[in-house]
Amino acid sequence: MGLTGKFEANYITLTVDNAVNWARKGSLWPLTFGLACCAIEMMAAVASRYDIDRFGAGIFRGSPRQSDLMIVAGTVCRRMAPVIRTVYDQMPEPKYVISMGSCATSGNIYNSYAVVQGVDRFIPVDIYVPGCPPTPEALMEGVLRLQDQIMTRKVFVKEA
Amino acid sequence: MKIPIGMEDGQDNPIAQKVKAAYPDHYIGATLFRGDLAIHIEKSAILPICRFLHDDPDLDFDYLIHITSIDNPDAAARFEIVYELFSIRKKHQARIKTRISEAECVIESVTSIWKGAEFLEREVYDMMGIRFNNHPNLKRILLPDEYPEGYPLRKDFPVEGRGWRDTFEFIEP
Repeated sequence: MGLTGKFEANYITLTVDNAVNWARKGSLWPLTFGLACCAIEMMAAVASRYDIDRFGAGIFRGSPRQSDLMIVAGTVCRRMAPVIRTVYDQMPEPKYVISMGSCATSGNIYNSYAVVQGVDRFIPVDIYVPGCPPTPEALMEGVLRLQDQIMTRKVFVKEA
Repeated sequence: MKIPIGMEDGQDNPIAQKVKAAYPDHYIGATLFRGDLAIHIEKSAILPICRFLHDDPDLDFDYLIHITSIDNPDAAARFEIVYELFSIRKKHQARIKTRISEAECVIESVTSIWKGAEFLEREVYDMMGIRFNNHPNLKRILLPDEYPEGYPLRKDFPVEGRGWRDTFEFIEP
C-alpha cells in the first residue's frame, strides 16, 4: 500500500471495559426463537430491506451454542417453557435476551391456562420490545438499546 | 325435535331421509343451518350409523373432516359431540350430532371406520374429557400426559387455568 510507512505509530487510549464491550456489541449473534407471528417481523428485520446486520446483529444461528442473543419472538406456551429454558442454559456467556412483542413480554390477550404470562418468569430479560407485532424498526431499536446497555457493563468486575 | 332459533328443519333432506329409513329408532331429527345439514342421533347407534354413512354407495362419506364437542353445563345430557362428514366423490356434506351425559361420559370410537378419527378423538378427550371405547391409543394429545388440572374446554374450568401456567419446576433454585 502506498501509505505504508508514511506515519508514525498511532495509539488510542481507552478502558478495557470499553474495548471489550465495543467488540461484544458489534458482534451479536442472535438465536432464532420464533414462536408466532413476531417471527415474521424478525425475519423481515434480517432481510435486505431492513438489514439488521448493519448494526452487527445479523448472523442468525440455529444453535444456542453459537449465539449470544436470544430473541424470544411470539407467544410462549407453558409446554414450550422448559425448551426455552434449556436453550437459554445452553448459550455461552455473555448472553442477552430480547423479549419481542406483547406476548413474550406479558402474554398479551392470551390470558389462558396454557400461555405463560411473560417469558421473564423463567429467564432473565434485558430488553422488552413492545408491539403486536413490533415492526422491524422497533426490533432494531431494541437491538440498539441493548447495545447501549452492553456498553455500560463492567467486564472484569463482578456486577452486583 | 325442537328446531333451534336460526335453523331450519332438515327432515326433507335426502341424506336425513336415508338415515331415518335405516335407523328409525335412533334418528332424532335433522336441522339446516345456512344450507348445512345436521342429523341428530342417539349415542348408542353412533357406530352403526357412521358405518352406514360410510359404506352406503349413495351417501359415500369417505372423509371425516373433524370431530368436536360442545359443553352445555345446564342441559341434562351435558356434552354434544359433532362429526363433520364430507363425501369427496359425491361432494355432499353432513354433520352428525349426538348428546351424552356427564355421568356416562363415554362413546364408541369411529376409528374403525375412519382412521383419521384417532387424533380427533384424542383432542376431544384431552380438552373435554369424553372417553372413546375401543380407541387404539386414547391419551392426551396437546397437553402433557401428567397434566393435573382436568379438561380445559369444559365450561366450569377457569379460563386462566388452575396454576399450571405459573409453575416452572424446571428452574433450578
